[in-house]
Amino acid sequence: MATIRIPPVLRAQTGGQTEVEAAGANVGEVLRALTAAHPDTESQLFGADGDLNRYVNVYLNDEDVRVLDGLETAVSDGDTVVILPAMAGG
Amino acid sequence: MATQTKQQIEEIEPFEAAQEIEGGDVVLVDTREPHEYQEAHLEGGKLVPPGLLGDEIAAAAPDKSARTILYCRSGNRSYTAAEQMEALGYTDVASMAGGILAWQEQGLPVVAASGLTPEQRDRYSRHTLLPEVGVDGQLKMLDAKVLLIGAGGLGAPTALYLAAAGIGTIGLVDDDVVDASNLQRQVIHNSERIGEPKTESARATIEALNPDVDVVEHRARLDASNIIEVLSGYDVIVDGADNFPTRYLLNDASVRLRKPVVSASILGFDGQVSTFVPYEGPCYRCLYPTPPPAEMAPSCSANGVLGVMAGTMGTLQANEVLKLVLGIGEPLVGRLLLYEALGTRFTELKVRRDPHCPICGDDAPEVPESELGKFPDYEAFCAGR
Repeated sequence: MATIRIPPVLRAQTGGQTEVEAAGANVGEVLRALTAAHPDTESQLFGADGDLNRYVNVYLNDEDVRVLDGLETAVSDGDTVVILPAMAGG
Repeated sequence: MATQTKQQIEEIEPFEAAQEIEGGDVVLVDTREPHEYQEAHLEGGKLVPPGLLGDEIAAAAPDKSARTILYCRSGNRSYTAAEQMEALGYTDVASMAGGILAWQEQGLPVVAASGLTPEQRDRYSRHTLLPEVGVDGQLKMLDAKVLLIGAGGLGAPTALYLAAAGIGTIGLVDDDVVDASNLQRQVIHNSERIGEPKTESARATIEALNPDVDVVEHRARLDASNIIEVLSGYDVIVDGADNFPTRYLLNDASVRLRKPVVSASILGFDGQVSTFVPYEGPCYRCLYPTPPPAEMAPSCSANGVLGVMAGTMGTLQANEVLKLVLGIGEPLVGRLLLYEALGTRFTELKVRRDPHCPICGDDAPEVPESELGKFPDYEAFCAGR
């Protein structure tokens, strides 16, 4: 199982949870497990083409999956997946 | 021990001390605290604070038979120190009567902290005591010009701490006026200032805090027509803007001008902060190539924000600014620090330069001087059009 950190703007879609446990062999599978459990998160994470939306940054532990293997990046037990949208509040 | 008669310590006048020092072969010891020493001391005086005499005197005065002159501020601490040294076996110790005050009254020279006025030496003594800052560092701060984008939630604490630190010029960009709903977090303003322009209110607070700071008000909204001119005079930019178009415009302009930006944002109980130094590390667009749609990016006025979040993230920004100005430590270049207040949890993420970044990447077009002030439509970009 991996731990997914849910950003504030998605917490309404996860029933207020700030962290969600999800299973999967890679980042894509882990995120799909999240959208299966909380369907309202899907349209905010994924575009119609099935790719991650460009405005959503995803990190495996402390590294951006864009510099790893994207959604194919392998996930180990105990890893943390951070979903990070930009915020503009000042 | 109890019956031992206290030895009378030899006391000498400053002019006698000056003659002996001039003649050479004298060990001169300053028995005051480090901050006093830093303000002004006698040339050649070795600092041995009273509390450390037992540990440090042997290094400062290794020869117990050598002629040794002690001085302090007014002659009391040096007298006590001389007694301690005689007890330790020193045989030729004198205390300078009247201390450095009497020395200076007689017009004798001291080594003074240069460039700082006596008031500044006092005001910034807790800075100058730090070896990483010192007088030179404080002078750098007094010379620094820092621009704050937004005199709101983030800008308020940042401005207060930068002003207190003695950042010599603080520019404030904001076109808003103080509203009662701001006061839960914008601590630079107050109830009496409701309705006043934020830049004016912030200026009044800063000037009351530290007269060394020159406040420059830019009572405008940053846009393509003014940004190059506004940014040009500053060394470091602090991004506390409340909207995406301004954040992208600021990024693109600061990369063109090669100025570092300390960027933070807050929402609810969450905050982010990073430092973007053009071409040394990633820029804002390397981190966020595309702004989120409106439903993914609520504002603090729509979503709410815990007031203290502004203080936490704003003071982290101030810390970044001071490190950049002083050239010390490790700024958050290539690192994004997340703070989640409910769990009191900090998370650090790596941010890499994107070789395909349209602004700072390898293939990004050079912007000629004549095009420096020309920017695309960020409102449209951020609205996804």
